[in-house]
Amino acid sequence: MFSTLDMHILEILCEDARVTPREIAVMTGSDEGQVQAALSSLRAAGVLVGYQTLINWERTDREFVQAVIEVNVVPQREKGFDAIAQRIVQYDEVKSLYLMSGAYDLMVLCEARTLKELASFVHSRLSTIEGVTGTSTHFMLKTYKYGGMVFDGGKSDRRQAVMP
Amino acid sequence: MEYERIINRRVADVPPSGIRRFFDIVQKMPGAISLGVGEPDFVTPWSIRDAAIQSIEDGQTQYTSNWGLLSLREKIAAYLRMRYRVTYSPNNEILVTVGASEGIDLAMRALVCPGDEVLIPEPSYVSYAPAVTFAGGTPVPVKTCAADCFALTPAALRATLTDRTKALILPYPNNPTGGVMTMAQLMDIAQVLEETDVIAVSDEIYSELVYAGHEHTAFASLPGMRERTITLNGFSKAFAMTGWRVGYACAPKELLAPMFKIHQYTMLCASIQGQVAADRALGRAFETGFEDVRTMVRSYDRRRRLMVESLNDMGLACFEPRGAFYVFPSIEKTGLTSDEFCTRLLEKKQVACVPGTAFGASGEGHIRCSYATSLENLNEALKRIREFVNEL
Repeated sequence: MFSTLDMHILEILCEDARVTPREIAVMTGSDEGQVQAALSSLRAAGVLVGYQTLINWERTDREFVQAVIEVNVVPQREKGFDAIAQRIVQYDEVKSLYLMSGAYDLMVLCEARTLKELASFVHSRLSTIEGVTGTSTHFMLKTYKYGGMVFDGGKSDRRQAVMP
Repeated sequence: MEYERIINRRVADVPPSGIRRFFDIVQKMPGAISLGVGEPDFVTPWSIRDAAIQSIEDGQTQYTSNWGLLSLREKIAAYLRMRYRVTYSPNNEILVTVGASEGIDLAMRALVCPGDEVLIPEPSYVSYAPAVTFAGGTPVPVKTCAADCFALTPAALRATLTDRTKALILPYPNNPTGGVMTMAQLMDIAQVLEETDVIAVSDEIYSELVYAGHEHTAFASLPGMRERTITLNGFSKAFAMTGWRVGYACAPKELLAPMFKIHQYTMLCASIQGQVAADRALGRAFETGFEDVRTMVRSYDRRRRLMVESLNDMGLACFEPRGAFYVFPSIEKTGLTSDEFCTRLLEKKQVACVPGTAFGASGEGHIRCSYATSLENLNEALKRIREFVNEL
């Protein structure tokens, strides 16, 4: 069961993962110990999985390519899609993996330094996994929004600076 | 031209807003953080904006009924009934106005005759007193204080009532103090009013922004009060729709009729796009169980606690606000006036707050800090205020 405090914590961290347990305690009118305990149990329950930073890499010098790969697979007896998914998540190139409804089964978001590296990942590793029957690769050209944040020309405060 | 001779004395004599000066300075200060903003830091939710765009595409570019769109009035009626247990007829007891501000002006012009007095609990929003003056009446401030949680007390009300008193403004939840009056406190006020013919003008624009177990009570929902109450509200704060300028005034038809008459001849109607957007805002709120509003309130509530704790910790005694999105700490211990404090804070640390005196003389010794800004801004501003206070 999720408590009100749990829900507050998730909302706060979702907005800004840098907020400290002490600050969360102040913001929710609870004490720091309670917040620490709630954080631990959220981690233990696998709800809080990690804390990351949203970076617009396109604004840096870093060279990289990203692609969405649609993957069709033959589900395995007993294990369904999970066994193949468990293999695919192991690759460092794979940033996200989803089981989908519709025309294909798995959606893989992957990233590599160069087109060549990405191509080699797809044809020599991903498509050769047993049970994978086909892939279709789409390269990403530009990120507009990610993780709920608008990347380019996003927020600017348009309000009058002082108003009664 | 001798403009001074030509211009209406009543208008000329009202001093310009004390806030303007700070605004001009902040505008030219690149690293400034403003805690002086009086509007939500959320943008109007997309589905509401989308409704307005759709209405433009559909060619909805005409006047609406002087009363406002009927479907909007029906939703307002349902909202007030469901949320605050007060019933108004969408046919002749609800008037859609250009923001709650127009409602204040209409109420004053409809009620006030030269020589009439209007009681205004202070500190409160800057527009009430000028609206009374423009209408030819005399604004009479009624002081409220932190010790009473900035509630209006029956004793203070009795002490200022005269046989010239025409109306009482009830500015709760309160800007700038964050005060919210409980039902019991409002009952006491109702009891005093019952012996008089005084009309209550209840500005409930912050009614949705109430925190930590406190509840908003619509004054008109109290026994016997509906007949003498003008309820003002709008979409600006609850739905982050300040720039759309859509509010509403509700009252028994005999009270609303003169307001309607002024509105009909001077304003005609609120912009149709604003009304369509407001209609969607309420429609969506009904569908989602006010999810957007709740999320917003939770977010404000956290920032509110952070502000109160931090200001108290640095020695600026702070009443814990129960509504709106402002804190109103005392700066008396610094020995500075509100104006000096805000001016120097802005010059030295580039943080803009509003001096309490902008909200009436009784605001001296306080400053208003809005927490309708990002957590990041708040933390930085609080850090700078702390430095400023320590360096005094």
